[in-house]
Amino acid sequence: MDGENVLDCRGLRRSFGKIVAVDGVGFHIAPGETYGLLGPNGAGKTTTISMVAGLLERDAGEVTVAGEPMTTRSVRAKGALGYVPQDLAVYPDLSGRENLMFFARLYGMPTARARSRTDEVLGLIGLADRAGDQVKQYSGGMKRRLNIGVGLLHQPKLLVLDEPTVGVDPQSRNAILEGVERLSGAGMAVLYTTHYMEEAERLCDRIGIIDHGQLIAEGTRDELVSMVGEGDQIRLAATGDLAGAADELAARPWVRQAKALDGSIDLVVDNARNELPAILTEVTATGVLVKSVEVAEPDLEAVFLHLTGRALRD
Amino acid sequence: MRAAWLICTKDLKARLRDRSALLIGIVVPLALAFIFNVIFSGVSGSSGVISLGVVDADHGAASQAFTQQVLPAVKSSGLITIHTEASPGQARKLAAKGTLDAVIIIPADFSARVQAGQPASMQVIGNVDAAISAEVARSITEAYAAELNRVRLSVATVVAGGGAADTQALAAQAAATATPAAVSDVSAQTKELDTKSFFAAGMAVFFLFFTVQFGVTSLLEERSEGTLARLLAAPISRASILGGKLLVSFLLGVISMAVLVVATSLLFGANWGNPLGVAVLIVAAIASAMGIMSLLATLAKNAEQAANWQSVVSVVLGLLGGTFFPVSQAPGVLSTLTFVAPQAWFLRGLGDLRGGSLGVVWVPALAMLGFAVVAGGVALFRLRRLAEI
Repeated sequence: MDGENVLDCRGLRRSFGKIVAVDGVGFHIAPGETYGLLGPNGAGKTTTISMVAGLLERDAGEVTVAGEPMTTRSVRAKGALGYVPQDLAVYPDLSGRENLMFFARLYGMPTARARSRTDEVLGLIGLADRAGDQVKQYSGGMKRRLNIGVGLLHQPKLLVLDEPTVGVDPQSRNAILEGVERLSGAGMAVLYTTHYMEEAERLCDRIGIIDHGQLIAEGTRDELVSMVGEGDQIRLAATGDLAGAADELAARPWVRQAKALDGSIDLVVDNARNELPAILTEVTATGVLVKSVEVAEPDLEAVFLHLTGRALRD
Repeated sequence: MRAAWLICTKDLKARLRDRSALLIGIVVPLALAFIFNVIFSGVSGSSGVISLGVVDADHGAASQAFTQQVLPAVKSSGLITIHTEASPGQARKLAAKGTLDAVIIIPADFSARVQAGQPASMQVIGNVDAAISAEVARSITEAYAAELNRVRLSVATVVAGGGAADTQALAAQAAATATPAAVSDVSAQTKELDTKSFFAAGMAVFFLFFTVQFGVTSLLEERSEGTLARLLAAPISRASILGGKLLVSFLLGVISMAVLVVATSLLFGANWGNPLGVAVLIVAAIASAMGIMSLLATLAKNAEQAANWQSVVSVVLGLLGGTFFPVSQAPGVLSTLTFVAPQAWFLRGLGDLRGGSLGVVWVPALAMLGFAVVAGGVALFRLRRLAEI
């Protein structure tokens, strides 16, 4: 265990009845580092961070936050952690200011300090002019910002964000991502779970890919992409028997990976420029109608596909 | 304790803001107590005094014993006013109009038939809108008739034993000296509350069971709304979360009952009794309500199911506990069954307090605390399950 890490977790395991939700997950986060836990819905992301945040008893494994062991009863470890749940965990009958004041006091701040910190956070999340309004009068984006603001109140060493952009409009989503970038830049360690590949690529210094409760790969974006190997990614937007066409292509030696998705075929090939004419000929011969072609370097989506044989959003 | 208090004040603020607790805890019970008060005190006249007419067509020894000894004794209780009427027809008209609540008619040959050992009867006519008054008049005459029968049986026994020769004179003398039937304040004797106090207390304790739900059930609401996860992630103990919720229930119960005691005393003239005894009973009632409602909350899957179960149990216990009707008027078995409801113990405690010293509240208070300990103990054991995401 590295004493400098803000978060260290090892061998986390949790079952619900016969279902093993998390099985042997372990990772660490250094100060100022943003770590992304990327995986499809039901992969075990929320269960993992529930154990990290001390919300859920674990069957096995260890968690240390800022050097303090974390359990469901750890008061000191929880004081070093800011938790932003996926649901809007704020009180609708209280105002934005009352919500922040309540949680600031709950985190042990004296009244004067809680008041000044509440004002700071209200400014940070852009709700200063609506601070006195009841939360039930806020828009979805405002509630989402307040939800994050509560997690920042006590200036935690580790901020845990559980899919904070689910159900958020593009403008608010961008504001949230910018906010996380600022916090990370200011030295806060961030654990960020998402099933949006673009968010993980943009925010995270390192990414852990989780599937069926297991951490199947971990590293920087480039390290993960290199797992797919040197090559190009081709996306054919098409209609017809896409699965049949993907199977035909997968049999070619210069095709490393071929997968039919919803309305497209995703391929990883050695050299897109050389192989593209042959690919189009092959696909057209199967009766598939190609509407557009997109060539790119492999991304995390391709990595997940490579590792699991499934798309992130399957 | 600090965290529990913070959670409690946050919940109280939210509850007062959405006004649900205010409505259930104060406004509705106060309104219902007022309505029931108006309806039921009107049954026997708002003054509480029964206007009783008497027609003595006999003027014999037995009828005079009734009109000159029994009725004056009853009148002295202050519950009944006696009006002597000349004829049965006139009396019937006054009863029909509602001028009189009830009329007792003594027929012309009443004394003669009594002294001859023949069947004799007195008539009772009641106003249709004063059923209880007619029942009281019937009770008075039945009591007197029973006394006459007892005396006649005694005389017959004496005569059969050869103790006296002049049977008629003995019977007349016995009839004339029959012990007058007495009517006094029934509520004072059986330690029952008067109408105003009964409905004030009944509605207060009935709605208390709904009021305390707000605290306990909010734990389920926090879980379904996602805020429980945030509380669990905070550097506070789980006991302080549970403590905060229980404190909300307790304080809402205290506020509700205190306001209702003061309001019903000032507005309706309800007499709750010795304040210290009332306070003991209120605290015990709140504890029992919290125990039972907490247990139900721990058995439910979500806040909605908990609220449904709690409402059903509150209504059933409220009815069984005699919050809508006096327990003493229930048939034997039901009268016993009422004490499976804490509400019955609360009302009994208040009744006992009216008729006795402060010490009488301990039995009902301990009975209610028994509910609190049993139900609350199981609930506390199960409440740990609720404090999980």
